[in-house]
Amino acid sequence: MNTVPWLTILLIVPAAAAVVVAALPRRHATLAKQLTLAVTLAVLVLAVIATFAYDPDKAGFQFGQSYDWISTFGISYSVGADGISLVLMLLAALLVPVVVLSSWNEVDGEAAGGGRVPAPTAVPDRGTPGGSAGGAGPAVDVEGIGPVGGAGGAGGAGGVGGGAGGATAVLAAPAPARPVTFPPVETRGEAETPGRRSVPAFFALLLALEAGMIGVFAATDVFLFYVFFEAMLIPMYFLIGSYGPVKEQAQRSYAAVKFLVYSLFGGLLMLAAVIGLYVVSADNLGHGTFDFATLRQMEITPGVQKLLFLGFFVAFAIKAPLFPFHTWLPDAGAQSPTGGAVLLVGVLDKVGTFGLIRYCIPLFPDAADYFAPMVLGLAVVGIFYGALLAIGQRDMKRLVAYTSLAHFGFIALGVFAFTSQAGTGAVLYMVNHGLSTGLLFLVVGFLVARRGTRDVGAYGGLAKVTPLLAGVFLLAGLSSLALPGTNSFVSEFLVLVGTFTANKPLAIVATCGIVLAAIYVLYLYQRTMTGPIVHPENKVLHDLSLREKLVVAPIVALIVALGVYPKPLLDIITPTVTATYADIGKSDPAPTHPAAAHPVATQPGGHS
Amino acid sequence: MSADPTLLLAQAQKITPPSIEYSSLSPLLIVFAVALIGVLVDAFATRGARRVIQPILAGGGFIAALVAVAVLHGRHAVLASGAVAIDAPTLFMQGTILVFALLSVLLVAERQLDSSGGAIVASAAITPGSKGSTAQQTSADMQTEAYPLMVFSVTGMMLFVASNNLLVMFVALEILSLPLYLLAGLARRRRLLSQEAAMKYFLLGAFSSAFFLYGVAFAYGFAGSVELGKVADAVGAVGKNDTYLYLSLALLAVGLFFKIGAAPFHSWTPDVYQGAPTPVTAFMAAGTKVAAFGALLRVFYVAFGGLRWDWRPVLWIVAILTMVVGAVLALTQRDIKRMLAYSAVAHAGFLLVGLAGTNTDGLRGSMFYLVTYGFTTIAAFAAVSLVRTSDGEASDLSQWRGLGRTSPLLAGTFSFLLLALAGIPLTSGFTGKFAVFQAAIEGDATPLVIVALVCSAIAAFFYVRVIVLMFFSEPLAEGPVVVTRPTLTFGTVGIGTAATLVLGVAPQPLLDLANTAATSGFVR
Repeated sequence: MNTVPWLTILLIVPAAAAVVVAALPRRHATLAKQLTLAVTLAVLVLAVIATFAYDPDKAGFQFGQSYDWISTFGISYSVGADGISLVLMLLAALLVPVVVLSSWNEVDGEAAGGGRVPAPTAVPDRGTPGGSAGGAGPAVDVEGIGPVGGAGGAGGAGGVGGGAGGATAVLAAPAPARPVTFPPVETRGEAETPGRRSVPAFFALLLALEAGMIGVFAATDVFLFYVFFEAMLIPMYFLIGSYGPVKEQAQRSYAAVKFLVYSLFGGLLMLAAVIGLYVVSADNLGHGTFDFATLRQMEITPGVQKLLFLGFFVAFAIKAPLFPFHTWLPDAGAQSPTGGAVLLVGVLDKVGTFGLIRYCIPLFPDAADYFAPMVLGLAVVGIFYGALLAIGQRDMKRLVAYTSLAHFGFIALGVFAFTSQAGTGAVLYMVNHGLSTGLLFLVVGFLVARRGTRDVGAYGGLAKVTPLLAGVFLLAGLSSLALPGTNSFVSEFLVLVGTFTANKPLAIVATCGIVLAAIYVLYLYQRTMTGPIVHPENKVLHDLSLREKLVVAPIVALIVALGVYPKPLLDIITPTVTATYADIGKSDPAPTHPAAAHPVATQPGGHS
Repeated sequence: MSADPTLLLAQAQKITPPSIEYSSLSPLLIVFAVALIGVLVDAFATRGARRVIQPILAGGGFIAALVAVAVLHGRHAVLASGAVAIDAPTLFMQGTILVFALLSVLLVAERQLDSSGGAIVASAAITPGSKGSTAQQTSADMQTEAYPLMVFSVTGMMLFVASNNLLVMFVALEILSLPLYLLAGLARRRRLLSQEAAMKYFLLGAFSSAFFLYGVAFAYGFAGSVELGKVADAVGAVGKNDTYLYLSLALLAVGLFFKIGAAPFHSWTPDVYQGAPTPVTAFMAAGTKVAAFGALLRVFYVAFGGLRWDWRPVLWIVAILTMVVGAVLALTQRDIKRMLAYSAVAHAGFLLVGLAGTNTDGLRGSMFYLVTYGFTTIAAFAAVSLVRTSDGEASDLSQWRGLGRTSPLLAGTFSFLLLALAGIPLTSGFTGKFAVFQAAIEGDATPLVIVALVCSAIAAFFYVRVIVLMFFSEPLAEGPVVVTRPTLTFGTVGIGTAATLVLGVAPQPLLDLANTAATSGFVR
């Protein structure tokens, strides 16, 4: 057994950093950014080292630690990693620094990023790269010339006001009278103190989110998992509500509340199931426990299993989201800041699919068997529904959010096909989807930052102006549609092959979904990147900056590398997935793992 | 009855005074003595001196009583001829009440918030609109009787949870209620609203007391005694008149449900919570709830424990009604104090869910929940009192718009408290909910827990709405001012918030305490 408490370190470092960064005064924005980047990179390095220390051939959890927390209820702080959780932690650790770097200027969105803004682009309505003041673009059309003068004036004063100037411009745009009547000192004070976005707070929220994500994957105590599952919502809620698009105050608070209420509702249903599980364990074992390893060896009567399964399943289906529970995702995806959207769809939502394979199936094998047709049905509906809606979207972020719905359908399909191939594919898909959709969101975010709008119609022909950006966009899209050679192909193929051996009709139907994927990706690319440049503003857009190149480089590299050589990840994932299915009596024709480690848990009802 | 005068005389002479263990009653006696001294201080000390002496006296008394409670731990006896029971649950609740009272005294003693000092009116007898009513708005005086009234009320609460005799319980109920009726009418600002609150509270409270008393009478008619233990014995015996029994149970329950603010007896809660001075509201919300629940637990577990299969369905219905009414009506509130009042109703419902488990876990869960809820709610009301306009507290929700931008610290703290009330993990609200829901599922009340969880989701929505207002909306041009001077209220907010966090992250010590208290059980 490894003695280094990797998981606890991975958990504590970002959590402690979050507290430190949150305590920084607002004016230390740059320090907050640098600190956050350093910490998240350190976490990434630690996660990579932990991955090397992980022995894929050993059964059960590794790096395990367990301390009593609330002994009255048998709750302990227990962490451990298996193949599934390890790769997801790795994904989280990778995406967070990327997001930090991509959000470098998004929050303050003004003079601080001045180095990036080339001189010729002194058009007042798009003076800022951060998407925030970029929103001033539409304001020009709506409110006439007055505000432009106001904003321009204040922007000019930005030379004096430093960082505050741009923010003043943002504030000034909706109310043209204000910058004129307010004495400059007061305006500046208002922009700085109550100012709409505190940079340290943003990065502290990101760090808190990272701690939550690591925790939720690392927990091996069901209660601890639940705690992280719920606690993670709060930073995300504030990321959407406080740091979403500046102009769309009503929409972003609506999206934030919808996200929170949906998730809380699911979470509370899960809480009922969690408590139920505890009570069942108290009846079975004489003492209640939340320890996952103990719980999975427990015999639960099928009727109770079904109820508990539904409690967990609905929570995960809302989180993932699966078809009828998905309506919060497009709103939340569209209203998140770019970094938030990447983490939301890339990692947070994986908690749902992770929960399905980690908790729903091993804990309630009979119920999983019973409900599998329903889940498979929902998954296939999701694949088509998500893809069709994605084709119809004009809002690019919503579009990407809907493509995720389709992808989550594939993942759920793989998980509930009950073959180790499909299961392994599904887990790999979780990672790959994080990379490809994450990259798509990032590129869309770059576009929005340049033009200040998510509307597809505002673009067109960008490949001529920004070839590099267009190239990355295409690669992300192709990865999203699972073109052979990209990472997603491997996972999608595994899912479909694995499903085919278990359920041929479903696999055939689901395969048709890939065609729709090609349509939404290529249609989006066609509308934004190819063709003539319709809007003159687009002619002056600049290509990827050095920072943006740094942001996309690791993901692009991984998309290609994992497309060609996915073996390292598969080596980690496969044993765990095989063991999971073997444990519930679902073995493939040729089992790769010695028979069930826990004979008690082998359900008589399971067929192979 | 034979009316032989000599016999009566002989009996009278034979009556021996009950032996009273003063040491075991010391917490009660200390607080009662402090209340009396407080009255004397008010009579003889000068105005300025009163404002200094009274809070110190009250606070000191509470601390002394708290020490006495701590010393008494482990006592398990019926005292004063069966009138008072000192057992672990009693001591647990008494300690809790004292802690909350101590925190509330800090709020009452606050003088920095209002420009004229304090939330308590200068002279309650001046009716609004009459001569001098405007002058007293700015008067630096305060009705210092508030302190002894509060201490009396605490005496009543402590006796309420300790009474082993329905008649003593009724007396305690009156001791705790009468001062509260007065206190509710002492708000410095919005006098009419405050007086209306006091009047409503008094009328409805008197009504519910009558119900309670009527129930006591029926209990006597049934059991021939008002001692809880004897009632329990009579419940166990056969051949008694069951009609009296059920009438008694129903009427007693009405009186107690009124005090905890359970639907359909909750209608006083929003008006009184809104009208009363905020420190008093905080005190009421936390203290009264503990006291009333303590009495409720004792009556239901000790006296009518044998009937649990009869009262369980009633409890289910009341709990469901309370949660639904509290959560749904809170959605429609525009005033933050009213919203917190309806949230208090909903929380009373959650507490009843724990009680519906009718097991030791339920007792433990309820006691734990009472502590967590009390700390959070006191801190929340204290935070409300910090947000002010020139016209007193900015209690209208629309005035809280954008507060997260203008005063992030207060808004952050208040959001944290709201999240605790909503029951988000890592706050005490979650641990408390978990404790009661676990007890309920253990006690085969799973459907009730599902309803409770749905209501929690509804409730979360209106808490979150306030957070949305504070953080995601633009601040008002003429917004309220948040008092930033370090004051006593800061202490209360700080302690309440810290307790909310600590009980969420490391609840084990308190759970152990509650567990010990619950397993040792009620003395009969």
